[in-house]
Amino acid sequence: MATMKDHMGRPVVAVTGIGIVTSLGIGKADNWAALTSGTSGIRSITRFPVEQLSTRISGMVDFLPSSSKGASALTYELAEKAAHEAVAESGFGLEDFGGPLFLASPPMELDWHDRFALYNSGEGDGEPDRLLEVARGLNSFDLFETAQFGSIADRLADRFGTRGLPITLSTACASGATAIQLGVEAIRRGEADRALSIGADGSATAEALIRFSLLSALSTSNDNPAKASKPFSKDRDGFVLAEGSAALVLESLESAKARGAAILGILSGCGEKADDFHRTRSKPDASPAIAAVKAALADAGLAEDRIEYINAHGTSTPENDKMEHLALSTVFGEALRSIPVSSNKSMIGHTLSAAGAIEAAFSLMTMREGVLPPTINYDNPDPAIPLDVVPNTSRAAQVETVLSNSFGFGGQNTCLVMAREPV
Amino acid sequence: MNAHDVVITGIGLVSSLGEGPDVHWQKLTDPGLRPVLDAERFAPYTVHPLPEIDWNQQIAKRGDQRQMETWQRLGTYAAGLALDDAGIKGNDALCSTMDLVVAAGGGERDIAVDTDILAASADRSDRDVLLNEKLTTELRPTLFLAQLSNLLAGNISIVHKVTGSSRTFMGEEGAGVSALETAAARIGAGQSTHMLVGGAFQTEHVDMLLGYELGGYLHRGPWQSVWNRQGGQGGGVVTGSGGAFLVLEQREHAQKRGGRIYATLDAVLSARARRTKGELEGSIAGLFDKADLPEGDLLAISGASGAHKATAAEQAALAAHPQIAARGFSTLTGHMKEAQFPFAVALAALAVHHKAGYPAFDPAERNFAGTPQQVLATAVGYHHFEGLALVRAAD
Repeated sequence: MATMKDHMGRPVVAVTGIGIVTSLGIGKADNWAALTSGTSGIRSITRFPVEQLSTRISGMVDFLPSSSKGASALTYELAEKAAHEAVAESGFGLEDFGGPLFLASPPMELDWHDRFALYNSGEGDGEPDRLLEVARGLNSFDLFETAQFGSIADRLADRFGTRGLPITLSTACASGATAIQLGVEAIRRGEADRALSIGADGSATAEALIRFSLLSALSTSNDNPAKASKPFSKDRDGFVLAEGSAALVLESLESAKARGAAILGILSGCGEKADDFHRTRSKPDASPAIAAVKAALADAGLAEDRIEYINAHGTSTPENDKMEHLALSTVFGEALRSIPVSSNKSMIGHTLSAAGAIEAAFSLMTMREGVLPPTINYDNPDPAIPLDVVPNTSRAAQVETVLSNSFGFGGQNTCLVMAREPV
Repeated sequence: MNAHDVVITGIGLVSSLGEGPDVHWQKLTDPGLRPVLDAERFAPYTVHPLPEIDWNQQIAKRGDQRQMETWQRLGTYAAGLALDDAGIKGNDALCSTMDLVVAAGGGERDIAVDTDILAASADRSDRDVLLNEKLTTELRPTLFLAQLSNLLAGNISIVHKVTGSSRTFMGEEGAGVSALETAAARIGAGQSTHMLVGGAFQTEHVDMLLGYELGGYLHRGPWQSVWNRQGGQGGGVVTGSGGAFLVLEQREHAQKRGGRIYATLDAVLSARARRTKGELEGSIAGLFDKADLPEGDLLAISGASGAHKATAAEQAALAAHPQIAARGFSTLTGHMKEAQFPFAVALAALAVHHKAGYPAFDPAERNFAGTPQQVLATAVGYHHFEGLALVRAAD
């Protein structure tokens, strides 16, 4: 009989539903099959022209009806697809979920195609005021809602019958993990017995690509897209911009057991620590990342030696991977040599606001399926950061506990500890 | 009174009226106060512009100031005011363990670049290629960071060293409601001991106005107070630049360090009415019911935006509680979007702290003469989401 309270007397939080969409496909089954066979979802960009762009590859989700309809529409569809799969698996009603919604999504801006259309349907001088003039004659909320930050969550709340005011959040690349943390905290406080946490990002527009490019953050290995994302390799040259989504149904273990739901895993700990060093760079001593990992372990009530696999942030930028290694080797010491550490981003790229949720979902599947997804493109190991990255091919392994890292631009770091069973 | 109560110990405010809790209290209790308006720059829209601000007072490094556009500077500045006010600024032990929640929208795009691209688009059919040409050559690399929603929080961490944790909520007024609601819940449940919570809004930018006007929400024509815009030209919202940050603490934590307590945050409640189904008035009424309102005269700081439907629904819900004397502060500050609810809660806390109400901000508002023990704060979103808070005198 599993205990329903954790080491701090709080309700144990289980996962009873998982949904995933990435460039590898729709749904857990397709994604898991591709991920564990070392398949890359990174391709040459076809959604928009790539003239003048120094990066011409991405992990975009190009197979959905909204893929060409702008960031807002695609982010909604990604979130809806993942949430549908997760809620259906949990057994809760698809239209009356009845728990709070936490959505990690990118900040919203009016799409350039809409901006062009607005501008060119107006008259008068070429001043920005023309947009306002056209806007006030629109008489429809369609465009308006694409530029409201709360609208995607509002629609999802309608779609799934979630409870109360949905929270939309951004902690940059840690957003997906923060959405999960908010759900865990709400259940631990006893505010809800279930929560729907989603990370979704369909914002790989030309402007987004250019912005990251100008910050020198992106890989320019355009000639062989599948080889571009190479975390922990010596020749890693930046991350690959990508899209995707994942949803978790979080539920108190007590509630899940009471209704006989399948327990897919346990969310045992969440830890965060902000960095005050720089807007895009992490503190060189990795102290914020170290503190976030330690906080997650402490929250889970686990010593370092209990972590059996690490789902790395592993962006494939020179700086992140070095910093992440420093953080992990500081926390885990010599023992790190025997802990497998792999990066899903080697195959799906960096899904930004969705990454923390997608990687948590894959972490849970890793434990459930007994297979460690590989870090592909590990052909040229960086000797400065020696790690067992599960190179190139997946590996069968029974894993009871996982640490998943998310470190964001702007200094927001969140780590999650997950377990197969209550510990 | 309980050791785990949530108390307000720091207030940082900026609006067209000035900066700081004292200036706002003095001005807003002056019955003859007139709003600061700019009806020219964005005509036919009126805005409440930022006051003169010496950024150096809260953002010491010029390098940091240069890395931010006005919205981020404004938020970082207001956050610094709140930390100063709470006596926490520069206290490494307290700042490095302090949890931060920011209610954020987006930052300012580069209007010159956008205007140039739009102008060129009139003669081009390959607009996607045009975008690539212009954006790759004209965008300032660091501008992206100055626009990113979560970078207001990032800058607060960098400038003020608040690093316990950092979360950014998005979603117009609702983001401010959720930020305070979850912050209070975390403190109440022992998940945090002290937090910095708030937001900022910089309206003096065409995109910020566009964010409302795509939905037809802005008021046009001669300025009117927030309660008197029904039937006027446009949608009823007059915006203002400003920011509001609060330091929230567990009572025990505040008392141990000798912090000054403005007010106890009794309750923060939120809701999402399905407005197209006509649920808004009932939703607001439901919040009033849940809030367990005290008997007798009650002062309410209303964040009403002026948006026709939302404000009418709030007025109707208020009318069912004739003991409530509402003060629509948007009349004097303009609507500050994500910062609206934290601003409302700050004004409510100032009233219980000073043991006095505010005079009517508009002839339509009824008199409130008593000493407020509890004060209500509301934010009914112009388009979606609604929330309220109830604060109580500290002693």
